[in-house]
Amino acid sequence: MSEVLPEERLIGAIARLILDPSRPRARHVAIGAASPIPSAAAYLAREITGDLRVSVLYKRRGNPFTDGTGELFDLAAQGRIDLFFLGGGEIDGAANINLIGIGEWPGRTARFPGSFGSAFMYLLVPRTILFRLEHSPRVLVRRVAHVSAPGTSPPGHFRRGHAEALVTGRAVFAFSPERARFTLVSVHPGESRESVRAATGFDYDIAEPLSETPAPPARELALLRGPVAAAMVPTYPAFAARLWPAAPIARSA
Amino acid sequence: MRLLDLDRLAALVPAGATLAIPPDNSATCAAFARALVRQGMRDLRLIGVPVSGYATDLLIGAGCVAEVQSSAVSLDEAGPAPCFTRAVKAGTIRMLDATCPAMHAMLEAAAKGIPFIPIRGILGSDLLAHRPDWRVIDNPFAAGDPIVVLPALAPDFAAFHAATADREGNVWVGRHRELAVMAHAARRTLVTVERIVERSLIEDEQLAPGVITAAYVEAVAVAEQGARPSGLLDEYPDDAEHFLEYARLARSEEGFRAYLARHVLPPPAAAAE
Repeated sequence: MSEVLPEERLIGAIARLILDPSRPRARHVAIGAASPIPSAAAYLAREITGDLRVSVLYKRRGNPFTDGTGELFDLAAQGRIDLFFLGGGEIDGAANINLIGIGEWPGRTARFPGSFGSAFMYLLVPRTILFRLEHSPRVLVRRVAHVSAPGTSPPGHFRRGHAEALVTGRAVFAFSPERARFTLVSVHPGESRESVRAATGFDYDIAEPLSETPAPPARELALLRGPVAAAMVPTYPAFAARLWPAAPIARSA
Repeated sequence: MRLLDLDRLAALVPAGATLAIPPDNSATCAAFARALVRQGMRDLRLIGVPVSGYATDLLIGAGCVAEVQSSAVSLDEAGPAPCFTRAVKAGTIRMLDATCPAMHAMLEAAAKGIPFIPIRGILGSDLLAHRPDWRVIDNPFAAGDPIVVLPALAPDFAAFHAATADREGNVWVGRHRELAVMAHAARRTLVTVERIVERSLIEDEQLAPGVITAAYVEAVAVAEQGARPSGLLDEYPDDAEHFLEYARLARSEEGFRAYLARHVLPPPAAAAE
């Protein structure tokens, strides 16, 4: 089997987080817009367990919603979505995310697209995985300029859960809501504790021993390059074609 | 229902109106937005349901917009919305940031004719500090449970593109039920369609659940391929290359004007007549 691509390693790492046996079992994972890597991870987790509902918002395929684009939020409000992914133009050391911008509100220095559903989903979905490919001091900041959605909430605020992890192009962090602090768990090949330190704007703890983010085992890689690639073709055609040029063979499957 | 041509449909919207539109992936009214640009529309107050993209960016770039209320403005896979980003940084539009389910909920309140609606989440977000019209109250049914309440939002106009309307003004939107909420909430709903069909859409039990009934529809115009560059249901796919062309050109004022000349404004010969 050919060498594991960096994206495949990320997909495998996120699938393991989804299936983390120490967490409540996810039965229904939802994916927002423009998230090919989290989508592939959810599809991989579905292939591994054989029992996971994956809903991909805003796509012609894999979108189960028949009551409009608001239905996802109704499902989340009822507690029917178990795990969701969020990102941010900025993410800080307390897992606050900023999708608004930088400088005077509403982003007079730099403007990001906007908060999307984050201010709602972060509080209502029990399990959140933060994902941002770019791992740099401008993204991972000590304190976000504006809070689209808070990493933690005071007692009394209705909240079902928090971020469990932050996955980037360099590393995987775990998040403790009690301490409002990340712990570096693993670094991807080519990275070190020093390189991650230099690229991260916030303080964090480091797990000992610090491991390398593992590649998906052969069985998972086969699932990834087979049924997961096939599922990705109609949803994220450009991404699938780049990673798995042979995927069109599976298209007819 | 009035059946108009596209330009007359767009002419129903006066300067300064609030106009709710869907995002690029949900039957967006792209041809309608281009018609608004051709008319020299001013001071629009756009409402993205729940986000918006190409149409909003185009209208901002053409100087048609005073205010945007939306949970996000972006071109999705084609990247940030260039004219929107420039306008926010320059302070030339007023931006009312929201979050997706709040946009839906405010319209649902208007559709139900109630003054406000409670919503979970949002507590702890800086959105609250910048939305004085969003309040936090104590849950009247349970002590110690602060909850956000949002005002009903009844846009002056809603506009979107759909596959078919019938002669009575019933419009089939399929699974895009958020368009129905938009139409129910707005005072007047303007629709462009691919085609008018002769049979009644509302009398077909299989279609009826995906139909917005004519009572909500002010006027309809036929605009073939009216969602482009967005796709429309099973009718046609997204034109990804057009989105990339727009994203590239709109990065500069000069490029944006070139885009308008190429894809929006009438050819110079016709304009001179």
